[in-house]
Amino acid sequence: MTSTVARKRPKYLNLMQIRLPVPGIISIMHRVSGAVLFLMIPLLLWLFQSSVQSAETFQLFRSVVTHPLMKLLLLGLLWGYLHHLLAGVRHLFLDLHIGIELEAARRSSLIVLIGGIVLTLAVGVALW
Amino acid sequence: MVKRDVVGAHYGLRDWLAQRATAVVMLVYTLLLLLALVMLPKFDYWHWKALWSLPLMQYSTLLFMAALLFHAWVGVRNIFMDYIKLPGLRLMLYVLVIFALIAYGAWSVQILWG
Repeated sequence: MTSTVARKRPKYLNLMQIRLPVPGIISIMHRVSGAVLFLMIPLLLWLFQSSVQSAETFQLFRSVVTHPLMKLLLLGLLWGYLHHLLAGVRHLFLDLHIGIELEAARRSSLIVLIGGIVLTLAVGVALW
Repeated sequence: MVKRDVVGAHYGLRDWLAQRATAVVMLVYTLLLLLALVMLPKFDYWHWKALWSLPLMQYSTLLFMAALLFHAWVGVRNIFMDYIKLPGLRLMLYVLVIFALIAYGAWSVQILWG
């Protein structure tokens, strides 16, 4: 007679041990980028306000956004925005039942991941 | 036996749809803004100011902000629903986020027409 006692199966809830597939990686990146963008709304509004308020505040805006650390932050936010946008477009296709098979879903998530980085570099280089 | 139906809060489908509609608005606006940036002859205060004095830019940005603030509300609320287990704390965070979003909306109007 075989034992019916349930074998203790490993549960990898340790985030360091979980190996997320690419769709999972872009999914959590979608959430994190959304949260970061939300938190950065005041900074972006302030920068926008400075840029249009007066010629003096425009100079201030210029000196703030040309600071290397600020450039790095803004480049990161640009990446977050573009990743969030591309992952969102992918969602719209999935909603229309386009690309819902495993292989296609994996391929499209890789496109989102790489596309976000490539677009960020392209727009980033064009802006600076 | 009491017959009870499992019911939700009934905003799921509406918010699911609104999240997509607002996303499309922001996607179109992003392309418009990129076009405007590419067509800007020179990045100095006067050209920049002239761009933002165009009613097209002002009203499309207002629409973008409205879409953004609602989109952000649905997204942030979902994140809180997933991670904040204490109802009182979650409610408090909801209220803070709602006030912040309303303030950002008012601030945007002030920037655009100030």
